[in-house]
Amino acid sequence: MNNNQTLSLTVNGVNHVREVPSRMNLVDFLRNELKLTGSHVGCEHGVCGACTVLVDGLSVRACLMFAVQAEGCNVTTVEGLANADGSLSPLQAAFHEHHGLQCGFCTPGMLMTLQELLQEGKMPSEDEVRERLSGNLCRCTGYEGIVQAALEVLNRHPSAGRDQ
Amino acid sequence: MKCADFQYHRPESLAQALRLLNETNDACLLAGGQSLVPLMNFRLASPKNLIDLNHINELNHIKIVGQNLHIGAMTRQRSLEYSNLIQEHLPVLKTALLQVGHRQTRNRGTIGGSLCHLDPSAELVAICALTDAIMNTCSLQGRRQITSSNWALGLMTNALHQGEILEYISIPINEPSHGHAYVEYARRHGDFAIVAVGTRLWLGLDQKISKASIVLSGISQSPIRLKIAEIALQGVKPNESTWQQAAQLAQQIPAMQDEQITSEYRQHLARILTYRSLESAYQMALSSPRAQA
Amino acid sequence: MRTPSVGRSSPRVEDENLLRGRGQFVDDIQIPGTLHLAFVRSPHAHARIKSIDTSSSLSLTGVIHVWTIDDLPKGLQDQPIPLVHPNPAIKQGFLPYVLAKGEVHYVGEPIVVVVAQTRALAEDASELVSVEYEVLPAISDCKDAVQEGAVLCHTNSSTNIAARVPFSYGNVAQAFEKAHLVIKESFFQHRGGSFFMECRAGLAQYDSHLDQYTVHLGTQVPHQMKRFYMDMLELGDQQIRVIAPDVGGGFGSKAPFYAEYALLPLLAKATGKPVKWIEDRFENFTSTFQERDQYWDMELALDEHGRILGLQGQLLHDSGAYLPRGLIVQWISATTVPGPYVVPSFQMEMISVLTNRVPTSAVRGAGRPQAIFAMERLLDRAAQKLGIDRAEIRRRNFIQPDQMPYKVGLIYRDGKPVTYDSGDYPASQDLALNHIDYEGFKIEQANALSTGRHIGLGLANYVEGTGLGPYEAVTIRISTTGRIFLYTGASPQGQSHQTTLAQIAADQLGMDPSMIKVVTGDTAAVPMGVGTFAARTAVNAGNSAHLAALAIREKIIKIAASTMEVKEDDLELEDGFVFVRGTPDLRKSFREIAIISGGVPGFSLPDGVSAGLEHLSTFSPKQSTYSNGTHAAIVEVDIETGHIKILRYVVVHDCGRVINPKVVHGQVIGGVAHGIGNAFYEHMRYDSQGQPLTTHFGDYLLPQASDIPPIEVLHMTSLSPLNPLGIKGAGEGGTLPAAATLISAVEDALKPYGILINESPLSPMKVVSLLGKHALGRTYSS
Repeated sequence: MNNNQTLSLTVNGVNHVREVPSRMNLVDFLRNELKLTGSHVGCEHGVCGACTVLVDGLSVRACLMFAVQAEGCNVTTVEGLANADGSLSPLQAAFHEHHGLQCGFCTPGMLMTLQELLQEGKMPSEDEVRERLSGNLCRCTGYEGIVQAALEVLNRHPSAGRDQ
Repeated sequence: MKCADFQYHRPESLAQALRLLNETNDACLLAGGQSLVPLMNFRLASPKNLIDLNHINELNHIKIVGQNLHIGAMTRQRSLEYSNLIQEHLPVLKTALLQVGHRQTRNRGTIGGSLCHLDPSAELVAICALTDAIMNTCSLQGRRQITSSNWALGLMTNALHQGEILEYISIPINEPSHGHAYVEYARRHGDFAIVAVGTRLWLGLDQKISKASIVLSGISQSPIRLKIAEIALQGVKPNESTWQQAAQLAQQIPAMQDEQITSEYRQHLARILTYRSLESAYQMALSSPRAQA
Repeated sequence: MRTPSVGRSSPRVEDENLLRGRGQFVDDIQIPGTLHLAFVRSPHAHARIKSIDTSSSLSLTGVIHVWTIDDLPKGLQDQPIPLVHPNPAIKQGFLPYVLAKGEVHYVGEPIVVVVAQTRALAEDASELVSVEYEVLPAISDCKDAVQEGAVLCHTNSSTNIAARVPFSYGNVAQAFEKAHLVIKESFFQHRGGSFFMECRAGLAQYDSHLDQYTVHLGTQVPHQMKRFYMDMLELGDQQIRVIAPDVGGGFGSKAPFYAEYALLPLLAKATGKPVKWIEDRFENFTSTFQERDQYWDMELALDEHGRILGLQGQLLHDSGAYLPRGLIVQWISATTVPGPYVVPSFQMEMISVLTNRVPTSAVRGAGRPQAIFAMERLLDRAAQKLGIDRAEIRRRNFIQPDQMPYKVGLIYRDGKPVTYDSGDYPASQDLALNHIDYEGFKIEQANALSTGRHIGLGLANYVEGTGLGPYEAVTIRISTTGRIFLYTGASPQGQSHQTTLAQIAADQLGMDPSMIKVVTGDTAAVPMGVGTFAARTAVNAGNSAHLAALAIREKIIKIAASTMEVKEDDLELEDGFVFVRGTPDLRKSFREIAIISGGVPGFSLPDGVSAGLEHLSTFSPKQSTYSNGTHAAIVEVDIETGHIKILRYVVVHDCGRVINPKVVHGQVIGGVAHGIGNAFYEHMRYDSQGQPLTTHFGDYLLPQASDIPPIEVLHMTSLSPLNPLGIKGAGEGGTLPAAATLISAVEDALKPYGILINESPLSPMKVVSLLGKHALGRTYSS
């Protein structure tokens, strides 16, 4: 049986129309169909957070959404974070500054989770940042660099995410 | 872990969803996907048909109807979290919700999905039991109402018939409690609770408890109202000893045993968390402006 | 004069691509036409395969091949995967075949490989493969497996004991005879695993014109993988290239040669298409090698002052169903026990036991955390029994700095005697305890208890063998374009080699590290190599980079002196130029020097010049060099729920010369996170029939951001005398004493109840069960 569906969505500001198998999940779609391999697959059961992307501005586990469910949605991936002039966003730059990545596999998911937090325009405490990050696993850094990067950006530029 | 193939359906109305459910073989309803899709990825669930409920607007609402709060089954947990109506009329739900999973799972997860999946530790299921929620269902044959106590037939088995969809949950809000608490113990932030105890207290004169509502979650297949303690608390001006007695009653409820957690530990936690939950709810009640009236 | 780059936190060159989502992990390499593998794996821990029917699976559209061992080249049907570390002590060195042959020995063992156009199709097809099993009894717990008459892991064996190795020195009998006190304890360390975020992955391509294979592998050791391929597939050196692209964490479990890897080039050739295998997380739980269980039965003999006279015991190690990694972890465990203490006599028997579970091999720490756990807990017990302060009893037993080099008396895994080269163990402990205010804590603890709070302090010391040989290859080449490349066999999975090795080379070449491009993990770039594991790269590759750069520097100066007709001593290197000191206009670029050394066709090379501006260095350490440190932690225990919260965590860390402080800091913090996992969270469970019970991240718990406390790191520097740069390894120090420290802290918090804790990980449920009635807390009215 042909279980393909037509899917039309916007990813990082670009419209796409594709025919996809119904069972293809969103992260596989982004990676294999659109060649946006920045979002990673770590567990396929919704725990590790490596696949985190923003759908209509909200963080989701892209391994738990079928691509067809993103019909008409606005998806943002790590590839869409950099500034318009191509320079690293404040969040990305802070990760670099604070050694917030080692192997880099969890990094896109971390960035997208924090991007959502940034867009909320609040100034959270360290505990709140750690709680927000608890849905993203890292096996290399012990989280410290990530948390420091997040705190720097969130408390220095509380509205840094709003224009994105 | 790629799931098995299925035919995808996207109904735009409840009526259409019901027809599809009736016409298709071996179908699962897709709500938030946070529980179902992992099962599908593990191929523990391989339905031939998947009916996506996410585009049925009539299932997504939070409103007051008479003396009840009506919550559409497809209302996202995130919406409940940020809802003023919930904050005002059912704050215990918000308290519990903040302990559910992570930001990402609450962004997609729904109250209906959680209720139908019926994980023994699910906070929203416990809150429904705590607040005497009624599950309102719909099928081609008509509508039904199922009380919380009749909602679970067994472990992760809800009372829906074949061809039936959970439409909305109605929760009485005419008698707001004065104090509430939802105390759970989980290993890590966002984990399923091993045990949780939800409490609502109403105060009468002289700071005495006029009514209590206590639910134990994670002890058994579905949440258990600690009625015996609820009755014992009526008319009591509580002290430490009151909580100890209620805690001991909680410990006596038989608990599940599995590969990871013993029944003894669950029962122990029931005792500890009942004490903490009651104490916390009472503290809140004492300082509640409504209670002092 | 340029400030040296070594010692500075030079910014990471790896970050730019990774932050933008432009990493190149194996699965990011997407070649049109690629076929995908899935496996049929054993659902039984022990079974005989009676028949395999692949006909239904082959009939599915999009399925190309479905192979069993019978479809493999004869060599692979007859020969299992080679043993990486032979050891004469191995009596039953069972090794796995590429695909199961006749009998399966653990849940997850691969039996059939399916090749299809997509992974989803391959999984569909694998469900249609029909395997008929005769289920056999399985043995799961190594404590049961070692008993006489136990169920046999392998039917064609007489026992489950794979190896028995004695370790001893000194006169242990005498020590125990004259001891004032003998402490006897048993410890249990549960199974756990690496659980990197990127699962195992491989992509193979075959070029029929060149008769060459290229395999991208998420591995820590591409050169070792190449050797396996050459041996197993009978290939020539130029026929196989292994590349480790970006690798998402390794932690030891991406060092072995796994059965699945062998199939990639075979199928690439058979199909004429690129062939990819991306392990999914369920496969990761059931077929990636793990570490531990270990049961330790130990006795410590002490005099009345708490000085150690001798130590004896037995280590039972769960090898799993096969021994492809030999006895590495178990060996390291046994030889790490003495640690930083003077242990005059020692006798241990290490028994490596076969069980019907996934094989075990090194995971971050590689057996040392368990040894440290045993030693440190024994010392805590001894302190208790003798009424001596825990820190003091350790002080009385430390090897003193003036005793260096100190021969412990044991042979390490590298075949050399364990000889500590440098380090100040007493100062390390003092620094940690001062920083955490050990003395002041006693008052804090008493105050807390009076308000019903249970806080405790734990400490542990460690010594870590690092910089394992035999060498690491570094070639530095200045090409005739003037660009500078550093090629190395080191193969990172997050350790920042591309940044740090450039820093080292840059100092000798007089430039900013950004002018040097480091290429790692490619067997075509450098002909030999060993790889990145066991905290070895900074020592081996670091010194090779240093020596190679030094050699190039000397060559540049020699060529420049000859060409410019000046004295060598008058020359300096800066920013890609060699010039006469004081006369910067009198200079040559590295490009010009490279061109000169490349020669002109038809002409002889100038006097004193040899061909090529490149140098291969394979610095080979004479033995391991020993890092050390101390951890101290304060925890709070909720005695009613058993919940443990870490309030403070202090690390004193000595890894000799630090190349890049931020990188080292990151390694320490990351290492502590693994240690916290070992202490409280990570428990890979099996039932009595060898069925894995924790097979997803909901059941197997990794520490989250909200579980890691602030970690305070203090550095000491004792330069290693064993290599030119004075470097020691830094990759595992954060993990080694963490479980010992944290369990010690919990025990200290529960002192009022006399609770003794001898296992890890420790769960809240276990804490409550140990506390008994005391756990009732406020809910109990007397």
